[in-house]
Amino acid sequence: MASGPSTYTPSNGLTRWLDQRLPLMRFANDNLLSFPTPKNLNYAYTFGAILFYCLIVQIVTGIVLAMHFVPNAAMAFNSVEYIMRDVNYGWLMRYVHMNGASFFFIAVYVHIFRGLYYGSYKDPREVLWILGVIIFLLMMATAFLGYTLPWSQMSLWGANVITNLLGALLGQDFTQWLWGGFSVDNPTLQRFFSLHYLLPFVILGVSVLHIWALHHVGNNNPTGIDPKGPQDTVPLMPYYTAKYFFVIALFTIAFAAVVFFAPNLFGHVDHYVEGNPLKTPAHIAPEWYLGAFYAMLRAIDFNFILDSKVLGVLVMLGAIAVLFVVPWLDTSKVRSARYRPVYWWCFWIFVVNYAVLSWAGLQPAGIVLFQTGVGADGSPVGFNITHLSQIGTLYYFGFFMVIMPLLGLFETPRPLPASIATAVLAKKRGGSAVPAAAAAAPETRV
Amino acid sequence: MRKYLIAVSVAAVCLLPALAAGTAKHPEPVDFSFKGPFGTYDRNQLKRGYQVYKEACSACHSLKLVAFRNLADPGGPEFTEAEAKALAAAVEVPTLDEYGDPATRTATLADHFPMPFANELAAKAANNGAVPPDLSLIAKGREGGADYVHALIGLGYAAIPDEHTVVPDGTYYNPYMAGGIIAMPQPISDDQVDYAEEGIPQTVDQYGKDVAAFLMWAAEPKMEARKQLGMGVIIFLSFLSVLLYLSYRRVWRNVDH
Amino acid sequence: MYAPARVSEIQGSFPVSAVTHDGASRRDFLYVFSGTVAGVGVAVTAWPFIDQMNPSAATQALATTEVPLAPIADGQQITVMWQGKPTWVRKRTPEEIEQVRAMPDSALKVPESDQERVKKAEWLVVIGICTHLGCIPNRDNAAEPGGYLCACHGSVYDASGRILRGPAPENLPVPPYEFVSDTLIRIG
Repeated sequence: MASGPSTYTPSNGLTRWLDQRLPLMRFANDNLLSFPTPKNLNYAYTFGAILFYCLIVQIVTGIVLAMHFVPNAAMAFNSVEYIMRDVNYGWLMRYVHMNGASFFFIAVYVHIFRGLYYGSYKDPREVLWILGVIIFLLMMATAFLGYTLPWSQMSLWGANVITNLLGALLGQDFTQWLWGGFSVDNPTLQRFFSLHYLLPFVILGVSVLHIWALHHVGNNNPTGIDPKGPQDTVPLMPYYTAKYFFVIALFTIAFAAVVFFAPNLFGHVDHYVEGNPLKTPAHIAPEWYLGAFYAMLRAIDFNFILDSKVLGVLVMLGAIAVLFVVPWLDTSKVRSARYRPVYWWCFWIFVVNYAVLSWAGLQPAGIVLFQTGVGADGSPVGFNITHLSQIGTLYYFGFFMVIMPLLGLFETPRPLPASIATAVLAKKRGGSAVPAAAAAAPETRV
Repeated sequence: MRKYLIAVSVAAVCLLPALAAGTAKHPEPVDFSFKGPFGTYDRNQLKRGYQVYKEACSACHSLKLVAFRNLADPGGPEFTEAEAKALAAAVEVPTLDEYGDPATRTATLADHFPMPFANELAAKAANNGAVPPDLSLIAKGREGGADYVHALIGLGYAAIPDEHTVVPDGTYYNPYMAGGIIAMPQPISDDQVDYAEEGIPQTVDQYGKDVAAFLMWAAEPKMEARKQLGMGVIIFLSFLSVLLYLSYRRVWRNVDH
Repeated sequence: MYAPARVSEIQGSFPVSAVTHDGASRRDFLYVFSGTVAGVGVAVTAWPFIDQMNPSAATQALATTEVPLAPIADGQQITVMWQGKPTWVRKRTPEEIEQVRAMPDSALKVPESDQERVKKAEWLVVIGICTHLGCIPNRDNAAEPGGYLCACHGSVYDASGRILRGPAPENLPVPPYEFVSDTLIRIG
């Protein structure tokens, strides 16, 4: 355990009695109170706590909504409107839950990008990273299932598209098994509700494993250098708990601004139209946080050995699968992008690329961005959304499968600081990271 | 330098030109009283809008998610309970008589606005094959929201199509409708609805604005409560954030980080 | 691996003591104040979660039940549901009315005149739930002429729904109702 032997001593008879039977207090002390955390963690490192907060908010509001929601195709849409109009504070519960999903994903993207930037997936944190990818996958499944529940036009047709996609890969029998019928209908809604209620608790369980894996090896930090002694760390409480409370309050301000003043900012208007299986909406689009994967799916509009539909699904699934093997794709011995000048650029291009892909996934596929001519039917022709998505998909995969393995072999990293403490001291003195050969800095007060 | 370039490219991505969303004309924004973080509904406008809905729209369009008691709720048109009861009493809703046969009775506050047609098939048959949509959520269920409703009703029917546009029999031209063709004939004309209130023009444009505001309330009756609570929440959280920030700085006072 | 700095024992609530690296431990007004303000925020936030379980506006909207009176014969009683409760609408005979109005206050557990409980003498409208523990009483002329007996614990009510004897503490409640016409009442 990265914190070394336990520092807990029971203070009275009762706590001693309990400690011998179920060391709850010891566990809380070692993991939440005295856990030695690198003292140089910046705000990018607070998003784990923010994510936990988001999960609790979603679970609590979700349980409350489930007291009023009716998971039956004939009543689902109206039951959501009943919540919005008649249930006391129902509108608040619904808007918090609905926008909570978006903010959950905003936080998870910051958290994942932080991990990619600082090399937090590298040895010995590979399992930590993989558990994180599993949580990300569960989040996407949960969000998709939740979105189908109001049984709006977007719910119905989004469910249709995604279940048909899986069918392209796994066969019609599988799709009918998933649907519980011959199309997306009431049996589908009912089971999606059950699964939507279940998965967040699976996320909770995997999150506990995630934190356990983290605490077993200790936190990474912006220098990527392991703590060398107590001068490099502070106990979690009160140092980081104070920071978490502050950052959670700030996050909640942003969240409240959306919930109370722009609650439909992230949504689609078709989510307020009752689902009609006989009428396809003009424009089916996923929620913004799934946009990038949707863009990659649609980017494959050509056949290559396999049918374009199947190929598209494989590429989309591949985009998630590649995340699992990231710890083994990156060959660099240096963890943090702070000291990897070429990787730094590649990383930020990756972030912008991901944002562009997310945007592209929400647009109608045919939209032309730069017109080069006119097609046979008079419509504009040129560089369109699909082309943009293809470039974006290439870079997405290239970043993981080409850049990460090759850079580690050819990049010259910047000189690393001797330790966290020396890096912090150098920053305090107004310089950049002190070269390893510099004289040892005086210890900070412990 | 690097951070500047990043910021610029992210901003450029965000400012990608708004691409044409289908072929509908973008509705002109209306200066509704309920827009913005401090916006509230104009009670009189909502009352006028109700009147327009009742006299010009309710024959074909249902408003099934709204109940008569909502007309007296705070944050809406705020009719008195007696006025709302009277508005309800003017309407018949389906029931069964003592032999179990379909009959009607006068509506009460608890009843929702009635459906003008028995079912969807009847609605289709009476309207050239097109079902008049329920209007309870129309202001949230269409691009452009209340602006769209105003433009469609108040401005669109006056537009003349160019010579290339084909308007099939039984349909009408309205540039604010996706595709330019709408199955609904012009639903209202100047002076059709008599406002009791002084000084309000009785034009199609005004009717469009009033009914759009009413339908916005029908779609989002809790808007005022939402904004009020939001203001309080954000002020409180800002104050709390300051306290928590100061606490954070105090905790870390003696540690280099 | 190394041993971390020692921290004070687990305290009860959000940091009441500032543990700094100089080893001092002191209650800090800023922390207490911040904690209190945060606590108030949490308490205020809890209210909507509790209130959403209260009856919704739709439930609270006075649900009304209309009862046509023409089909009810003299001496007959029908049961309708109002707000989920069985409600009796009974057409009393002149003899029953006379009898019930002749009842002295001393015979009543909770004195209340029949005139206070009905709008038209022949029409009795009461909620048919025994005020003891909630069973539905039955017509029983043997227990009381024109009255009711609750089989569960023996409460007896008269033809005005007033408790005469037995464990029930209150007269049968009269719901709000009005005569829409001579042949139609609206309850609620």
